[in-house]
Amino acid sequence: MNFSEVFKQSNQLCKVSPDGKYLATCVQYRLVVRDFNSLQIAHLYTCLDPVMHMEWSSDSLFILCAMYKRGLVQVWSLEQPDWHCKIDEGSIGLVSSRWSPDGRHVLNTTEFNLRVTVWSLCTKAVSYIKYPKACQKGVDFTADGRYMALAERRECKDYISVFVCDDWHLLRHFESETQDLAGLEWSPNCCVLAVWDNCLEYKLLLYSLDGRLLSSYSAYEWSLGIKSVAWSPSSQFLAVGSYDEKVRILNHITWKKITEFEHPATIINTKAVVFKEVEKRPVVGSEDLSIHQLTVDNSLFSTQSKYEITQLPAQVPVIKPDPDRANPKIGISALAFSADNRFLATKNDNMPQSLWVWDMQRLSLLAVLEQTAPVRCFVWDPRRPRLALCTGNTKVYLWSPAGCVSVNVPVEGSFQVLSLFWHCSGSSLVLLSKEHICLLKYILYNVSLSCHLIGILFRRHAVFL
Amino acid sequence: MLDSDESVFLVSPDPHPHSAELSSISGISMSPSRQNLHHSLHSTMALPKTSYSVLSAFCTEENISQCIAYINQEVCSLGLTGVSLESKSGSLSAVPVLNLLYEVLQLQRRAQRALHELETQQLKNGSDLEHLQHSNCRLKDQLEHTRRDNSGLHEGERQLQLKIKTLQNWLKSEKEEVQKLQSIISSRATQYNHDTKRKERECTKLKERLNQLLMDKRDKKLSIEISNHVGRSDGKRGLWKTGKMEARHEGEMYKALLSDYETRQRSLMMENSELKKVLQHMKKDMITILSPKKPEPANDSLEQAVSECEEEIGDPSRETLEQSCEQAREQLTNSIRLQWRKLKSHMERLDSQASLVASQEREGEEMMSRKEHEEEMQRMRMELQQCKEFIHMQQQLLQQQLSSPCDEETAALLNDCYTLEEKERLKEEWRLFNEQKRNFERERKNFTEAAIRLGHERKAFEEDRAAWLKTQFLNMTPFVDRKRSALSDSALSVGTEPEAKLQSTPPLVTKSLFSTPKAASVKMPSTADLYRTLHLIPDSRGHGKCQSGEMSTKSRLRNCSTDCSVLSFVRDENSPI
Repeated sequence: MNFSEVFKQSNQLCKVSPDGKYLATCVQYRLVVRDFNSLQIAHLYTCLDPVMHMEWSSDSLFILCAMYKRGLVQVWSLEQPDWHCKIDEGSIGLVSSRWSPDGRHVLNTTEFNLRVTVWSLCTKAVSYIKYPKACQKGVDFTADGRYMALAERRECKDYISVFVCDDWHLLRHFESETQDLAGLEWSPNCCVLAVWDNCLEYKLLLYSLDGRLLSSYSAYEWSLGIKSVAWSPSSQFLAVGSYDEKVRILNHITWKKITEFEHPATIINTKAVVFKEVEKRPVVGSEDLSIHQLTVDNSLFSTQSKYEITQLPAQVPVIKPDPDRANPKIGISALAFSADNRFLATKNDNMPQSLWVWDMQRLSLLAVLEQTAPVRCFVWDPRRPRLALCTGNTKVYLWSPAGCVSVNVPVEGSFQVLSLFWHCSGSSLVLLSKEHICLLKYILYNVSLSCHLIGILFRRHAVFL
Repeated sequence: MLDSDESVFLVSPDPHPHSAELSSISGISMSPSRQNLHHSLHSTMALPKTSYSVLSAFCTEENISQCIAYINQEVCSLGLTGVSLESKSGSLSAVPVLNLLYEVLQLQRRAQRALHELETQQLKNGSDLEHLQHSNCRLKDQLEHTRRDNSGLHEGERQLQLKIKTLQNWLKSEKEEVQKLQSIISSRATQYNHDTKRKERECTKLKERLNQLLMDKRDKKLSIEISNHVGRSDGKRGLWKTGKMEARHEGEMYKALLSDYETRQRSLMMENSELKKVLQHMKKDMITILSPKKPEPANDSLEQAVSECEEEIGDPSRETLEQSCEQAREQLTNSIRLQWRKLKSHMERLDSQASLVASQEREGEEMMSRKEHEEEMQRMRMELQQCKEFIHMQQQLLQQQLSSPCDEETAALLNDCYTLEEKERLKEEWRLFNEQKRNFERERKNFTEAAIRLGHERKAFEEDRAAWLKTQFLNMTPFVDRKRSALSDSALSVGTEPEAKLQSTPPLVTKSLFSTPKAASVKMPSTADLYRTLHLIPDSRGHGKCQSGEMSTKSRLRNCSTDCSVLSFVRDENSPI
């Protein structure tokens, strides 16, 4: 395991190219593209304004940089560094910009969700899509990149348009049976579109590609409803997290509920393991206190932490949400399946310090990670069943079916990990603090397995195993 | 009446004028009220004490008749009309007096008894009364208490009812409130819905307008600057939008859908076939389980139908499962259902049989079974014990084996050591044994020596005795005088002569001695005979001239007479030695 140097970054803009070869970061005006392995700068581009959004094209050949304040989008080519493209949305303003799956079109959403402008890099052609709906997730592309579903609002009714991404041909246009559509998401096999209503009503609709309503599901009424939805990579399960602190798993044949996962404050399930993070101040005067370490002042003053297995029944810390505020901090706000469909990680908002891992084979609770701070972000390894999470402190936590480790980020100054994501190979993690990034490379699968490393302070560039 | 009394007084032959006395009596007789039995009884009871005082003597020689009259009157008043005293010529006949006295006594006793009873009754009544008063008091207290409780409860109930009433009112008002709020909410909701719709419409209108304006203005800024065109990612050229394209898109979409359905169908088929396999397996199992029951005559029609059906379907040549048509499926499910029912009934029957058997056993051979059971238990326990011991032994052995090192050489060495040790131990034991043997032998020798000594002593004693007997005999015989000198000689020789001489002499003497009185045997007499003789011949017959030695022997013999059996026994024991 190896920590890289720290690089600057702004607006949390740091992306790895889809092919995994490059790492692009934005620092104010500049876009820096590095070789992922050597971390040497491969390209350097200068934009017209501080970049607000940055995105790789699917073929890793272009990078899109959006400057929303000026309504500008700049596209850079890796193959031809002197090639440039600038898209100006004009006076209408820009709120969101994204690539189409083919990497040759840019979709810009204008202010007030007035329209979606589709710019082609091949032909310079412009197309408009009117009435896009401003919602949680109004646009989604299928995994194969052939179709796009777009939520629309016309005449106070929700509609869904399905476009063929090749030529932006409107394939289907149908009214959705929602009061106020909140989001839509294609199944990974590209054939089913899950559509859910906003939180005032628990309603989940499943549409076929050709616009037929396959099924509709509602768990309860008269209470705040769906908060998050996630497909399993195999399209076999649809997990629906809601404000009642439960996750309901629907199957792909009958679209009925298979099971529901509750998030109780007291864990009595004897098959589950509760990992509790315990913080420890380093003991001064121990053998760790070498001259070498004294130079790394951060590691001296940072706290160590390790996981302890709590005896069941265990209490999970719960916060009471304020009922008078909108979007109450309660319910399942995040769901994620592991790449092999075997595990589901969930986070309940009124238990912000806990992350729940469920076994999808036994359909039961497998582990609960009780952190000392609220969980900020958790991501599954794209290749293996292991989970990385961060809580806004100087540590990265890894979970795998074999156990848990906490790894301190040994950099000068404090590096508070606010967000993280995996490299597509699953061998590296990119950690983002407020203004910096740090790479955690060569994470062997065994490392996270070996619980011996719990609480061990990782020195910079020190290679273990 | 008084007059008659007076007259009687006057008539009385020898009047002893105790007029004062009389008047007092009459006064007494008049004064007590007859109803006051109690008082009178008391007075009668007190009477015996006073009647013998000289002054208050009731009857005197002078006033007999008066007394009689008085008595008669009194008796009449007492209701004893049957008996009255009549003076016959001045003298009172004893019989009526005694009768009267008896009657009066009876009366008095009765009265006393009654009094006694009444007294006890009164005591009882008194205590009863007290008790009742007590209980009454208590009950009163209780009543008071209960009343208070009751009133308290009443009060509580009243309060609760009041509360209920208020709560009900509250509930009603709350319900009304809720209803009101609900209506408000619904009205608001409709209003808000309406508003949002209106706003949304306005918004869309504005958006339209904005769009229009943007389009009309020909926003110069809206542009794309691109250095050169980029090829499509798939390397193909863009195609014109035509109806053909549309159809192609549709076709592709349907193709995608179709492929998805196909994959799903395939997976379902796979699953289905797996399930079918399982089903087939289950069915086979079921058939094999149920087939041995076939020969049994079917009890009901259902059974028969089932078996028929089963035969029909259970035919392996007919692969019904492979047929996917509706009929086959129906048949399959039907057969499964029937088989299942059969299995169920079979299970039920088995259950009932089991219960029946169990009950029979319970009824019939409870005692027997218990005994058997106990025996069996005992046996099992024994076995268990044995097994335990065996295991224990094995464990010990195992431990021994384990504790000793496993390699052969050391084992052999150890074995040698063990044998050596064993030998040593044996040697030691042998030595001990030998020593003990020696000890025993020494003891035996001692013993034999002691026995020999004893034999010698006995012999000496016998000789002594023989000598003594001889002297005795000689003394008894008529030719005492003749032999005296000889006997005295021999007797003297006992003290003076050496042993050898003594031994030689007695046989001679005894021979002559015993042959004469009994004229029987020439043998030496046994000790028993000797004792008998000794007993038969009292000591008193012993002569004063006897020597001191003889005397001592005799006394010793007498003392030991009770020990004769012991002595004989000892002798018998010693005889082989």
